[in-house]
Amino acid sequence: MAAGAVCAAFIITAMGTDRLGHASMIEVHHLTLCYRDRTAVHALSGRFETGSHTAVVGPNGAGKSTLLAALAGIKSADQGHVHSHGKLAFLAQLSTLDKQFPLMVRELALAGAWSRRGAWRGLSKQDRLQADAALERVGLSDFANAPISNLSGGQLQRARFARLIVEDADVLLLDEPFANVDSTTVDKLLEVQDDWHRQGKTQITVLHDISQVRAHYPQTLLLAQSAIAWGNTADVLTNELLAEANRRAQHWRNDAAWCEVCE
Amino acid sequence: MAQYEIISALTEFAFMRRALVGSMALAIGCAPVGILLLLRRMSLFGDALSHAVLPGAAIGFLLGGLTLPWLAGGGLVAGLLVALAASVAARKSRLNEDASFAGFYLLALAIGVLIVSKWGSSVDLIHLLFGSVLAIDDPSLLIVSSVATITLLWLAIEYRGIVLECADSGFIAATSGNGMRFHIGFMVIAVLNFVAAFQAMGTLMAVGLMMLPAATARLWVERLSMLFVLSWAIALFACVAGLIASYQWDLPSGPAIVLIAGALYCLSLLLAPFGLFVRRKSRHHAI
Repeated sequence: MAAGAVCAAFIITAMGTDRLGHASMIEVHHLTLCYRDRTAVHALSGRFETGSHTAVVGPNGAGKSTLLAALAGIKSADQGHVHSHGKLAFLAQLSTLDKQFPLMVRELALAGAWSRRGAWRGLSKQDRLQADAALERVGLSDFANAPISNLSGGQLQRARFARLIVEDADVLLLDEPFANVDSTTVDKLLEVQDDWHRQGKTQITVLHDISQVRAHYPQTLLLAQSAIAWGNTADVLTNELLAEANRRAQHWRNDAAWCEVCE
Repeated sequence: MAQYEIISALTEFAFMRRALVGSMALAIGCAPVGILLLLRRMSLFGDALSHAVLPGAAIGFLLGGLTLPWLAGGGLVAGLLVALAASVAARKSRLNEDASFAGFYLLALAIGVLIVSKWGSSVDLIHLLFGSVLAIDDPSLLIVSSVATITLLWLAIEYRGIVLECADSGFIAATSGNGMRFHIGFMVIAVLNFVAAFQAMGTLMAVGLMMLPAATARLWVERLSMLFVLSWAIALFACVAGLIASYQWDLPSGPAIVLIAGALYCLSLLLAPFGLFVRRKSRHHAI
């Protein structure tokens, strides 16, 4: 398909302007995102329903992280828009957390209360209990009073999950949360995600491990700049569709201009 | 009795009393700024700033002579301009904070040296560079203590935010727009403290009162709150001891204060639990 034709084809979707009264979902309309002068995500439309538990998969450079940043409101849309309802929390892939910072593990978990307490309101006893419970859930109770510099990579990721638990958001956006983490930790964190799913939270997780997605994530968005498929995991992760995503990835070049929006 | 002489000197002479109060106010403001600079990995920011304020201070000096309001006013404007321009350049361009600071402070330094050598004299330059805590007059004292007060108030209001922004800027960006409010606020506070310090300590020495107590405290303690307390204590001690040494042996006060803080730093490198010879007790482990 010619590059211009992809961009020019105005995709009319069924989900136009209807606004549902749902508490926590994200809708994207014809969303196009640029990464520098390249197209990262092209004309994506669809909805992450309330309580859905979606994995976003696709080859490297498919625009997964860029999409998540846009959903989180950190990156603005270059075309189209994102509508989100409910409180968002975002776990970035490349953590900006300074591991050497003199912060105790409990304090890091308590930082999750920032979104409700802000700069000035005092922390309640409930906040502290919640932080301790979160550390218990991720298996870091013994480290509550240790400085974060003492934690290993996997333990640090557990601590960041504890902070997410304390944040108690309605929509959770996680960018490759299991990269460079051992399998025990992955299992523990998958349990936490299952908790959130039972609580009815909406989750969108970028992942690379296809078998993990099949086992734990009911919905999948297969992304290769635009959506190859989006729906029930079993329907999306077929060999043909995965091959189609990889085939598209082979055509991406550094200088390929896909869309005039980003040129 | 040497001790009595020293104490009576501190109480007897008005200039000593002023110097003591002034330098203690400086220590109160500069120590926490140093901690935050250290934790933001901007320890050399003060050095960049010490060059950056030069053109402003020089212009202030030409307009109003060697008085703090003019020097401080000029330095404040120049320092803020450089700090804000560099911050914006760092966030918007591909340059890192250190590179963008280097660009702007070198520019400012060249302008400053040009102004001083064209219209000032070398004596003025020495004064700007090395300062004199013993020459603190009432307006200077007022400025120095106002800056310390503003710093403490700002810390009281923004402490949680600035700490979280230092620890994890991405987290603050994702939960509350962006951390610009904390970053800009901190830059302004840092410039204010620097400008307050340079009349007393000189532009080159003012950084010492910020960074040395902070770096020393980091070698001893792990908790953030203790870091602040200890670096305040070190800065206050260095000020008082440095002043006494300066009076006793007729030394320039700025270097004397910085040397005391520097000696504590070297000693801590040797002795402190997080110094050169690490003997960390109670490392947490799982098994």
